[in-house]
Amino acid sequence: MARRLPRKDVAIVGLGWTGSIMALELCRSGLDVVAIERGPWRDTATDFNIGTAPDELRYAVRHDIFLRTRQETLTMRNNSSQTALPIRRWGSFLPGNGVGGAGSHWNGQTWRFLPDDFRLRSKMIERYGEKIMPEGHQIQDWPMSYDELEPFYDKFEHVLGISGKAGNIKGQTQAGGNPFEGWRERDYPTPPMKQGYSQELFTKAAAGMGLHPFPRPSANLSSAYTNPYGCSMAPCTYCGFCERFGCSNYSKSSPQTCVLPALVREPNFEARTECEVTKVKLSGDGKMATGVIYVDANGEEWEQPADLVLLCAYGLFNVRLMLLSGIGKPYDPQSGEGVVGRNYAYQTGSGATAFFDNVNFNPFAAAGSLGVALDDYNSDNFDHGPHGFVGGASITNAYTNGRPIMYRPTPRGTPTWGSAWKKAVRETYQRVTNVGAQGSVMSYRANYLDLDPTYKDQLGRPLMRMTFDYQPNEIKMANWMAERCEEIAKAMGAKTTQINRLNTPWNVVPYQSTHNTGGTVTGSDPKTSVLNRYLQSWDVSNVFVMGASTFPQNAGYNPTGTVGALTYWALDAIQKKYLKSPGALVQQ
Amino acid sequence: MHTDDRSAMRAKFAPPTETPRHASMSRRSLLATAALLITTSGAAAKVVTKVLPWRPNEVYPVTPVTPGGWLFFTAEEAAVVDAIVDRLIPADELGPGAKESGVTTFIDRQLTGPYGGHDWLYMQGPFATNPLPTQGLQSPLTPRQQYRQGLAALAAYCKANYNGRGFADLSGDEKDKLLAGMEKGDVKFDGFSSRMLFNAVHGNTMEGFFADPIYGGNKDMAGWKLIGFPGVRYDFRDVIDNPNKPYTLPPVSMQGQPAWGVR
Repeated sequence: MARRLPRKDVAIVGLGWTGSIMALELCRSGLDVVAIERGPWRDTATDFNIGTAPDELRYAVRHDIFLRTRQETLTMRNNSSQTALPIRRWGSFLPGNGVGGAGSHWNGQTWRFLPDDFRLRSKMIERYGEKIMPEGHQIQDWPMSYDELEPFYDKFEHVLGISGKAGNIKGQTQAGGNPFEGWRERDYPTPPMKQGYSQELFTKAAAGMGLHPFPRPSANLSSAYTNPYGCSMAPCTYCGFCERFGCSNYSKSSPQTCVLPALVREPNFEARTECEVTKVKLSGDGKMATGVIYVDANGEEWEQPADLVLLCAYGLFNVRLMLLSGIGKPYDPQSGEGVVGRNYAYQTGSGATAFFDNVNFNPFAAAGSLGVALDDYNSDNFDHGPHGFVGGASITNAYTNGRPIMYRPTPRGTPTWGSAWKKAVRETYQRVTNVGAQGSVMSYRANYLDLDPTYKDQLGRPLMRMTFDYQPNEIKMANWMAERCEEIAKAMGAKTTQINRLNTPWNVVPYQSTHNTGGTVTGSDPKTSVLNRYLQSWDVSNVFVMGASTFPQNAGYNPTGTVGALTYWALDAIQKKYLKSPGALVQQ
Repeated sequence: MHTDDRSAMRAKFAPPTETPRHASMSRRSLLATAALLITTSGAAAKVVTKVLPWRPNEVYPVTPVTPGGWLFFTAEEAAVVDAIVDRLIPADELGPGAKESGVTTFIDRQLTGPYGGHDWLYMQGPFATNPLPTQGLQSPLTPRQQYRQGLAALAAYCKANYNGRGFADLSGDEKDKLLAGMEKGDVKFDGFSSRMLFNAVHGNTMEGFFADPIYGGNKDMAGWKLIGFPGVRYDFRDVIDNPNKPYTLPPVSMQGQPAWGVR
């Protein structure tokens, strides 16, 4: 039986981007806040120290700062006729752990979704008719518009200090930026990063083809910056140790660099680390949360009563906590009824590899968000009519790193060992680049999350089960994008190119993307969403859920910018509406 | 790797006389004694409020591997691993190979750590006998078990098929042919997947040859020099400012350049 602790105003589950922002702002609203985090405290000076941080084996290969599957994992299968098995070693995606969460080890590509992305279903049907919608889809409009989110994107970008070039300020197209982006009130807080030689070639080639390349928005800062919370950051040194690593230079926006230094000064804030929340405790009628139950470092169980519960864990684990807590009706793919676990989506990766002669691309001089992108083939920026698919991709030429355990490409067909391999690895390292397409994945009846019937975590709770595969719409889209990438690679002057089509079926082994979305989606109708437009549970009004699990379907961008904007949007509703009059913010 | 994890595993496999280095500097044990706070309410949580919860120099560095001897392998096993890695990354006109670069020592030390026991992985059953290819790692065998059982199966296979010779005694061509068969899974060992052994050694060889030399492989940064990776310089603003220029400075590891002397 859990022992009960004194009540707090707010209990936050998970202390990453969304949890730390919520904690800081709600402390400043005068509330007593406790954040409960199952991983350790992590800070730049101690855990991302320059003497130990640039260690590819420890962090990138052995996953030292990631969640350990022994603590929690998922089971996976490609479709519901198969038996799901546990993901024993992370591969396709890498959930974070500890204070900072995935915000510590991310690359930092910080996008806004396009205005069309928020009303994708309506837009596609208006322009192309119902016939373009893919079989078995559950695509739905978001319950808020881009215009409504714009101030909150702006706020998040200025807390992070994002480096970029605006393409559209208050409707005026800006040279050098992304002409397809939604309007923004003002430019990025810091100028774009410098780019390498390969990006020069890409920019020239793409512009020559009539496309619209621009430096992608980056949380690896181009210059020193002090954010509205008074947290200071230093310029990026292009060291090439971003994704899978903490940054030693205070150059990568993270909870550690942007929020925590201000948060720990709030006298009414407390973090409890190495404490795992096992469920949200509900009142007898199931209509209100009374707090959370957690297990501490000694394995003892505690009840933390709270008036407001915010689920701020990694999206997938928010979905599992909802299922384990019995909040909302679980999704049933047979009947199509229920909502928790519904509309799980992911992303596609495809593109082209380009091999050159006599160049020095110096791939090690890199950053997680260095790169030049183009949006000509994203969202509904092009005519889908002739192609018969929904969705799109951002196309990028980038070097995020040249770390040699994992990055040493060779042409297809090269032996994997011996002197011939050695020669190829040496000859290829400096003269290969990639044009990649990060594509959207729609939501489908067949792709979902639920509790596994067989496998349990170390506390005896069922693991979550992921049933997912790429559907024909996504395969068609991603392979079409790969052809576009190869065209650009050829125009860059590559001696040879190699097309990289979407790998199917979805495989858990090779790293693809930690952009898992859906499961607790936001919407206008409680029959097809878990959360209302303020990310408040339809069923339990003092529970709010943050993160990419709220996305109705996924877009062709990295999710963090939108996760941050949604967090400030929900926060605004909590501060201006909920705290004045607690209860459902949207009537059913 | 956490030093305390490593120390514990090392103690398990090390000769009894060896004292784990830096065992007293374990950050996790420091945390466990000094920073495990009891809240006013009695909950055992690591509590952070009002100040950042760290002190200077509280980082936990990797314990550098000291070459010499084996902590996991027997001398016979080490000789076979040496012979395999020497074929996977041979010494040639392009520079040293895996054997000269200490890759066998790297693998030996990795196997004594948390990696060797899959200590961080979900290892609860049931283990499926026929998983989908898309479901990844599903074997109950830890890397230590894979090496121990796999090398024994390879030894038995060689004895039976090469007139009693062991792998290390085969000619270069014989070794390459056998390894190619193991890579494809065409070679059938008695009671063990030849491909599983190949994949383990191949994966760990690449890790050892290209990981920071602090782990015992990549001696003199031979792997980094092969491809032109400058190591952990952590500042390439000069490179970004000079596109398409060859990089000429020598690589640096976490322990510095060899010329800086043994520490």
